[in-house]
Amino acid sequence: MTADDGSYRRPFWTIERRDGVVGLLFVAPQLVGIVLFVLVPLALVFWYSLHEWNVLANTFTFKGAANYRKLLEDPTLPEVLGATALFSAGLVVLNLGLALALALLVNQKLRGIVVFRTLFFSPVVVSLVAWTIVWGFLLQANGTINGFLGALGIEGPNWLRHPTTAMISVVVVQVFKNVGLNMVLFLAALQGVPNELYEAARVDGAPRFKQFRRITLPLISPTILLTSIITVVGSLQVFAQIAVLTQGGPGVSTTVLVYYLYQQAFQFHLFGYGSTLAILLFVIVLTLTVLQWQMRRRLVFYEN
Amino acid sequence: MKRLTHLLAAATLLASAGLAGAADVNLRMTIWSANKSHLDLFNAIAADFEKTHPGVGVTFDSLAFDSYTTTLTTQIAGGNAPDLAWIFETSAPDFVASGALAPLTETLKAAPGYDLDDVNPATLELWSTGGEIYAYPFSTSPFGVFVNNDLIKAAGKPTPAELIAEGKWTWDSAVDLAAAVAANGKAGLIVRDFDYKLWDNLATIWNGWGAAPWSADGRTCTMADQPMADAMAFIHDAIFEKKAMPAPGVSADFFAGDAAMTITQISRASLLPKENPFDWDLVPLPAGPAGKYAVIGQAGIGVFASSKNAALAAEFLAFMTNPDNAAKLAAYFPPPRKSQLTTDILAKANPLLTAEQIDTVVIDGIATGKVKPGHTGLAEIHQAVRAGLDAAWVPDADVPATLAAICRRIEPLLAR
Repeated sequence: MTADDGSYRRPFWTIERRDGVVGLLFVAPQLVGIVLFVLVPLALVFWYSLHEWNVLANTFTFKGAANYRKLLEDPTLPEVLGATALFSAGLVVLNLGLALALALLVNQKLRGIVVFRTLFFSPVVVSLVAWTIVWGFLLQANGTINGFLGALGIEGPNWLRHPTTAMISVVVVQVFKNVGLNMVLFLAALQGVPNELYEAARVDGAPRFKQFRRITLPLISPTILLTSIITVVGSLQVFAQIAVLTQGGPGVSTTVLVYYLYQQAFQFHLFGYGSTLAILLFVIVLTLTVLQWQMRRRLVFYEN
Repeated sequence: MKRLTHLLAAATLLASAGLAGAADVNLRMTIWSANKSHLDLFNAIAADFEKTHPGVGVTFDSLAFDSYTTTLTTQIAGGNAPDLAWIFETSAPDFVASGALAPLTETLKAAPGYDLDDVNPATLELWSTGGEIYAYPFSTSPFGVFVNNDLIKAAGKPTPAELIAEGKWTWDSAVDLAAAVAANGKAGLIVRDFDYKLWDNLATIWNGWGAAPWSADGRTCTMADQPMADAMAFIHDAIFEKKAMPAPGVSADFFAGDAAMTITQISRASLLPKENPFDWDLVPLPAGPAGKYAVIGQAGIGVFASSKNAALAAEFLAFMTNPDNAAKLAAYFPPPRKSQLTTDILAKANPLLTAEQIDTVVIDGIATGKVKPGHTGLAEIHQAVRAGLDAAWVPDADVPATLAAICRRIEPLLAR
């Protein structure tokens, strides 16, 4: 039983331990990044949300749950959440629908189809702010779009000054900007669908729509899940388009949560309340992502 | 041995670089203008200061006009506050009350040849609290109307100068002129920097009705009171019925020759075209139902208490605004010094303007003008009013109901 009874003593550095350390070393750079740039700021935002922080006066006072109470009583917040939901819903439906339609179109084996794929993808690589500023000019009351409509004898609306058209405008500008990315993801998924399945369906006399419904959709459903998660999360974080095109107006009709957060923190200098809104945004994004992830069991088809 | 020498050399180099960095003091001042004529003038004054203060550099950091205060406070929040900053009159109450600015009275009094008593006390009011000056009223600039006489004559209308001579320069006749030019395909009257967002610039119109957004003590909303309701009804009518002002979402630039008139400050005279100039004039604001009036915009320069070089920055501010330099700055920024508000001195500084323009717009304006509305916590109030007013900027708006709704929204903010 004692150390000198001659029995074999296990060395400290067993193979498992060594492998464990090597593994940790491999993930360390990523882990350090996540801790430093994700977890620590997240904790700090939570800490700030319990305080009132006046930048000008440089005061930082503990307020407990005061900012969270304010969140519940904020008269503007319901409108802001409504605008956010409208924006996200419009964006996700339009973006995924258009991306899938475009992917089906450019999946044809035609001469010069690569040119179209490139064209549809090109807005993705354009600078977001430059893209939005150009659209701002196009959408002006005396801008290019209304000039074009006028030539056709239609009097165009004042796009960015009416609540409904302003919301449609920011959604469409954002969809056109990023639809190419989802299109490429769908295209890759479509090309991964085995041709034999379609051949078999044709032999059985299945019409095209049924082929799409029964073969294409189930087989690309993992990609639909992926793109919908990316698009929903992205739609909740939209900022630059709103800041450039409408500044949240008219009224608060396009004031989405992130823009509202920016107003509170950076325009009104209420960093504590701004942080509280950031926590709210975090909870919403997390909940939606978990829900979508749960839905995958019922709606998504995995071959293995 | 060789290695040691290398190490020593490197260490010496590093140390000397560090020392040089410590001796070189760089003062940074944020300003809203990126105009070359303005910057040349500032840089020339800074160069004079650097001559008597070896090792000191001054840089001017131009921030965008419409997000100026937001950018400035973001820099402060990020621990990157400038040493000096240009501050708008509308955010003066916030900055002065916050304790962010360093007191200046002592430095200004002690500066050689400064003569603080020459500075008009009325111009210091907004920038002082408890008898201490926290920012210097660097520019006290009245709003006037720049006029494109070519466009007005082409529309077959009398020019504002002719109307003034006849005693008929009123808001009704101004809108009539603007509507005539607009009917010819150009824009009529532009309230510069308003663009249906920075609504406080409309004070240049509604002050003619004796209207104000809130009471003098800042605690009661007066947006729904009669003078404001009348003034806003007039503005709404001028935009949507008479088409005398560009509608929301329509862009036009007076200084590019696109509009009959624009309301702005004389510092914008630097934007007048040098090539292909048009026949322009500068006239006082038209009289409103409440009579003649003037509106002034003010900008102050303050020193941040948090700056490591606050004392030096205050010294630079005293130099920049001493009588000699104030006379130079008068080219764009009317000085608050009583001795310099004379037609002779201002005419020398503003070769673009005639003696009459200086008399009627600048000197009379400063003597009688009211400062644009300000308030503590202005950003939040401003945003609430902007969002509320959007409902008024449509052709069939219910203006009185919109104004009443704005009051309900901002009363709690005003009362804080």
